[in-house]
Amino acid sequence: MNGRDDFNERLRKARQRQGLERSTRGADGDGQGGLPPSALRIGLRAGAEVVSALIAGAGIGWLIDRLLGTFPWLFMLFFAIGGVAGVLNVYRLFNPRKGARK
Amino acid sequence: MAAEGKTIDALSQFELTHALGPVGAAVNFTQSNAFMLIAAAVIVLLMTVGMAPRAIVPGRLQAAAETFYEFVENLVVGQVGHEGKRYFPFVFTLFMFVLLGNVIGLFPYAFTYTSHIAVTFGLAAIVFVLTTLVALALHGKKFFGYFFPEGAPLWLAPIIVPVEVVSYLSRPISLSVRLFANMVAGHVLLKVFATFVVLLGGLGIVGPLVATLPLAVNVLLIGFELLVAFLQAYVFAILTSIYLHDAVHLH
Repeated sequence: MNGRDDFNERLRKARQRQGLERSTRGADGDGQGGLPPSALRIGLRAGAEVVSALIAGAGIGWLIDRLLGTFPWLFMLFFAIGGVAGVLNVYRLFNPRKGARK
Repeated sequence: MAAEGKTIDALSQFELTHALGPVGAAVNFTQSNAFMLIAAAVIVLLMTVGMAPRAIVPGRLQAAAETFYEFVENLVVGQVGHEGKRYFPFVFTLFMFVLLGNVIGLFPYAFTYTSHIAVTFGLAAIVFVLTTLVALALHGKKFFGYFFPEGAPLWLAPIIVPVEVVSYLSRPISLSVRLFANMVAGHVLLKVFATFVVLLGGLGIVGPLVATLPLAVNVLLIGFELLVAFLQAYVFAILTSIYLHDAVHLH
């Protein structure tokens, strides 16, 4: 396999000369998702996070309500929790959690 | 078809019909299933036929197969870290399946199976269950510490824990809704402007002249949709890797 290693080495050098070698970070560097920073895309993504958290919260509340027969109350409570979770999701979108690293 | 009765009918393209004639009708085999099978066949063919020569200097198909492979591998290893390699087959399958679904759906007469929330939510649910199981298998009970950050005052637990749980449960929803909404919106737009072409084309002498405008828009939209098709598959794969990262490293 020496020939192949040699070829890879020459290929890498040639790419570097031509400026084709991408820096190793860059594809996965920026932000949480590494998405190209387009304002509309970030906005849509943040909106999706909020709406999905609201759906999840309201859905859980509605389910527990249906099981316990306490209709509007837990639904309302979990709707609010869903809103908070949505804000948390958007916050995480820009500041991924770092703490408690083992 | 769409312009019958001079109305814009943008949603009938998402209706499921039976494929394969009476046999398909008997077992509820829809065109959506048919296109899933086609996508799977294309993926398998690309990887087997493309990689058959195993040349050091790849031909076209082999280059395509290797590009996809390396793209997803870089993505997974970049996000999850070196131990993420064992999840590579899973993410690669997901990525290719979503990508092929989006791209094949752009062909005329084809059906976009990723434009159904049932399909995207099914995929997202698989991701959700898998990441949760990975976290449980790797960390056991410590996984539940994920829902309560270390160092927060204990009396805040009744607020933090439900919020974190809901936030965690909202992941598959946002994952599936994003893909589904993007595909539906794109196809509705294409259909609406295509209907404009037909409607405006029938306006007497000026008709064909005016109709070129929505046609031009559609040409642009197809290019844009191709970008969205790739981007959404990429987003699906990278979010899966991020969730795997959270499951493996748990923080």
